Amino acid sequence: MYTPKKNEPVRIGFYICHCGTNIAGMVDVRAVAKYVATLPNVVVSRDYKYMCSDPGQEMIVQDIIENRLNRIVVAACSPLLHEHTFREATRRGGLNPFFFQMVNIREHDAWVHTDRQLATRKAMALARAAIQRVPLHKPLEIKKVAINPNVLVVGGGIAGIHAALVLANAGKQVYLVERDPTIGGHMAKFDKTFPTLDCAMCVLSPKMAAVGSHPNITLWSYSEVSKVDGFVGNYKVTVRRKPRYVLEDLCTGCQECVEACIYKEPKFRDEFNLGLGKRKPVFLPFPQAIPPIALIDPDTCIELKTGKCKKTCVEACGDRKAIDFKQKEELREITVGTIIVATGFQIFDAKRTPYYGYGIYPNVYNALEVERLINASGPTGGEIILRNGQVPKKVAIIHCVGSRDENTNRWCSRVCCLYSLKLAHLIQEHTQAEIFNFYIDIRTPGKSMEEFYCRIAEEGVNLIRGRVADVYPDPSDGATGRLIVQAEDTMLDCIMKVPVDMVVLSVGLEPHPDSEKVRRLFNMSCSSEGWFLERHPKLAPVSTFTDGIFLAGCCQGPKDIPDSVAQAGAAAAEAFSLIDKGHIEQEPNTAYVVEAECSGCKSCIPLCPYTAISLLPDKKKAYINEALCKGCGTCVAACPSGSIVQNLFEDAEIFNEIDGLLAPTST
Amino acid sequence: MPKPKVAFYWCASCGGCEETVVDLAEDILGVIEKVDIVLWPVAMDFKYKDVEALPDKSIFATLLNGAIRSSEQEHMAHLLRRKSRYLIAYGSCACTGGIPGLANQFEREEILRFNYEDAPTVVNEAKTRPQLVFEEAGRTPHLPELHNVVRSLDQVEQVDYYIPGCPPTPKITKAAVAALLDGRLPPKGTVLSPDVALCEECPRRDSKPSDLSFAGFKRTHQALIDPNLCLLAQGIVCMGPATRQGCGAQCISGNMPCTGCFGGTDRVKDQGAKILSSLCANLTVKDEDAIDTVLEGIPDPVGTFYRYGLAASMLRRKVNLSADQVPSAK
Amino acid sequence: MEYETPATPTNGAWSPRIIAFFCNWCTYTAADLAGVSRMKYASNTRTIRLMCSGRVDPQFILEAFVKGADGVLIGGCHPNDCHYVEGNYKMLRRFRLLRRMLSDMGIAEQRVRLEWISAAEGEKVKNVINDMVQKIQVLGPLSLPEKFAEWDREVTRAEQSVAQSQPPFEKEVAHA
Repeated sequence: MYTPKKNEPVRIGFYICHCGTNIAGMVDVRAVAKYVATLPNVVVSRDYKYMCSDPGQEMIVQDIIENRLNRIVVAACSPLLHEHTFREATRRGGLNPFFFQMVNIREHDAWVHTDRQLATRKAMALARAAIQRVPLHKPLEIKKVAINPNVLVVGGGIAGIHAALVLANAGKQVYLVERDPTIGGHMAKFDKTFPTLDCAMCVLSPKMAAVGSHPNITLWSYSEVSKVDGFVGNYKVTVRRKPRYVLEDLCTGCQECVEACIYKEPKFRDEFNLGLGKRKPVFLPFPQAIPPIALIDPDTCIELKTGKCKKTCVEACGDRKAIDFKQKEELREITVGTIIVATGFQIFDAKRTPYYGYGIYPNVYNALEVERLINASGPTGGEIILRNGQVPKKVAIIHCVGSRDENTNRWCSRVCCLYSLKLAHLIQEHTQAEIFNFYIDIRTPGKSMEEFYCRIAEEGVNLIRGRVADVYPDPSDGATGRLIVQAEDTMLDCIMKVPVDMVVLSVGLEPHPDSEKVRRLFNMSCSSEGWFLERHPKLAPVSTFTDGIFLAGCCQGPKDIPDSVAQAGAAAAEAFSLIDKGHIEQEPNTAYVVEAECSGCKSCIPLCPYTAISLLPDKKKAYINEALCKGCGTCVAACPSGSIVQNLFEDAEIFNEIDGLLAPTST
Repeated sequence: MPKPKVAFYWCASCGGCEETVVDLAEDILGVIEKVDIVLWPVAMDFKYKDVEALPDKSIFATLLNGAIRSSEQEHMAHLLRRKSRYLIAYGSCACTGGIPGLANQFEREEILRFNYEDAPTVVNEAKTRPQLVFEEAGRTPHLPELHNVVRSLDQVEQVDYYIPGCPPTPKITKAAVAALLDGRLPPKGTVLSPDVALCEECPRRDSKPSDLSFAGFKRTHQALIDPNLCLLAQGIVCMGPATRQGCGAQCISGNMPCTGCFGGTDRVKDQGAKILSSLCANLTVKDEDAIDTVLEGIPDPVGTFYRYGLAASMLRRKVNLSADQVPSAK
Repeated sequence: MEYETPATPTNGAWSPRIIAFFCNWCTYTAADLAGVSRMKYASNTRTIRLMCSGRVDPQFILEAFVKGADGVLIGGCHPNDCHYVEGNYKMLRRFRLLRRMLSDMGIAEQRVRLEWISAAEGEKVKNVINDMVQKIQVLGPLSLPEKFAEWDREVTRAEQSVAQSQPPFEKEVAHA
């Protein structure tokens, strides 16, 4: 590889990309190329239609060889997109890839301005800055950091389960951490899934069992990630394991403790059934829970609250001695190289749309509650029985509750039309009730989904296009809990007031309320809506801005089960690709202390969040551990004697850039 | 072999730099023996005409101290540059503008009015001001014009070497003069003091903790200063980390913080900006209001961080001041 | 709040020149997002990409003004969100004192601005830039290079007079 010597004259090749009309439509690229040709050290100045294409890159390579260029500047799109591409082209021409500087005249210029003259002048200034900066660039080498082969999957829903299985089957050691006492996520609550109407648990249960018994998966349920330290490829994660008061290794899931509990009847709110059913203080979340281990709720268990219980559960457990009221929270530390975040979603709280009556009228349910009613292992044994004991004869299903709504959430939650149609079918099947679906649009994209919609429509479900304005008690029939659903039928152009026995609200998907807190743990960003942010919506939908941390499932945005599984597989594959490579490549933008110049003032040492800076005890000077340095440059800015230098972002380089930006460009 | 000619001149200065030469004590005789002093207004009686009459470059070295803030000082700087082989900026005022540089926070008119009218001890009912030209009894004396802007020597003339300090210590003066006389000169433009910050030679360096963060700042009159502990560790602003060494940490030995008179290192464009960057980065607090409260302990950042270097700093002068041109005396 | 793109005169009349220091992970990405979304905003800013707002040395801000900028904008991640944990706090602390010091030196506080802009806030990039351009348009140009030249007119006169009264002078070139 050719590295120009210090005193060799600088020979810059400058290339400005048209990007079709994306740039050339607003910036006069030829004028910029002509201007740059007049600047010092510029030997070659070209414009080209698509610099990132093969011929575009080849042009750079050839020019380097033919013109003995030793610096390259490309003015095109964002460096976040193609800096790597052009660095590679520079390298292929025989130069150190860091003798390259990229100028953003698309996202930051052509696409955001409307005056050609001003946009062109800005492009000239930006180009000039790069031309002045690049002569100071030094030859640098990419850093390679070894990567730990273990993986952490956060969240045990269908996405987390799938990702964990893919990686575990490949022989990787996977830690699956799930906040709830069982894995399964939302899918475990569903009855049947669209479009095939196959039973959710039948599909999910084998996967859950596989996770539970896989030799390569360490399943920590009822646990949360509390801290993530370390750095890319070597994350030190602290997991907080909450006490079940039941010892995992000893419990067999026989549930005799539940039978024997001092509470003869279940009395307390059953979270799994969304409060529609009851449970005892000691319970198994649901019959197919994985791990099949009971847990005791400290808020309702007499022994844990007062210490004065007969402990019939302990008696029933007998020799196994699996109950331990003294169990404490545990903090466990693990080291992993990659993390897959699959923390899922929460449903929209319909209390925020009180005009639909949720929480006010007993016959208004949200869709997830209805799933539990329909489910054979639910609180009503699979019968759709209202709170007043009746079976509904007329049911309204209201689409887009908490979606596509300026007053609550603006986005479309992707799955609600499909599940609303599914619920229409299932409710009709169970009760022969007349069903009314009130929708804004019917959105059923995807494989076999349109066919599913047609099938439901043909089954006689009433599909009414019109947003429901109000749900209120039937004035003529108050006692039975009947409700009137009032909506405009926009196709028939009339206001409808439909009396129904049951209203089902198709609630949308939302990020978890603590997603802000969670994302900080993993140094991720959130979109403006609160979903975790992917690195690039098209080209990098499962990775984040932090290397080694991936996203899967609804935590990244609402999606159905097939897409969640697909994304989970993608995240697992990308994690695997990283692990297989063995190392992570890091930008060589680290800082270093110039020992001869350092005075040992120690001002820099407390600044580094990665504790990369230490004081050499014998020389009493500061020293930066290159492996730990992440290249933020804070110490460089802080050093009062200017004795720390940051590769790629040296003071002199920035000063030159500032000068170039402000130098007069009018020709 | 004729002795090399040497000149000392003072511009906007306090006389402290001249004191340093005198403070060389016994060594001064050694200096006087080896050189031929052709100009030293504080101590010897050479006239301007004598200097003018010298051939160009005939003075081996001129040590010029004081900032340039009047037309006369500027004139002398140009003249001495012409006549000298080596023009050396001696002391903080010549190197970076020094304390007189702080006048760059005020309009010339404000300064004149305060000194000739508003100051409490001034009696000047006629509000007389110095005139650039005055005719009386057939004679026309001229007075120098006060510049709008205080400048370091190198903002007015080409400087060959810098000897920093307020004043420079006898030690670095001796070393510099010896190097000059022996011909052991570093590249032109060098500051003749090591290019490493003061902390390296500070006797209190080891007492400074490696995890120092500031919860507040105290000024020297607000604390009983512990003579054994790093001043920054006591919450007192010390410019040491941003200041060139070479003085032997004299101020610290006097239980006072460094105030930055040796100027910043070569790697730094603006000494004041750098110490600001370092001190602020290390605060304990994160909330905006809490930060502002802590920073109230530095009520005058310009005076604190640019005590000797305002004229040579990046902004040089308060930028909304005017530069009114008084008609030239000539 | 929506801001209209301020009318930037193309007839050569003065329009603010603002140097922006954007941190790579948040603000620079947000500016890219604004571009991808084809948002339109004033063309007065020129961006320098840094890894973290903590890298912004106060000397850079001074240099921008000295070289002719009328305003300096620094964009970093929101508090608690810095990709490097706390770099943005260091910037905030420096900023509070630097802004006060700049004001003491005659540079209006509105000329230097620190904004927290996350990677998803393309709209905020547009609004902040438009707002800052409007505000600085009202403040007027800072023009430090021109000011320095004006201040230094008082010096060349004396040099000329010495030159005139002396035989031709060969300036010695000082080099480092």
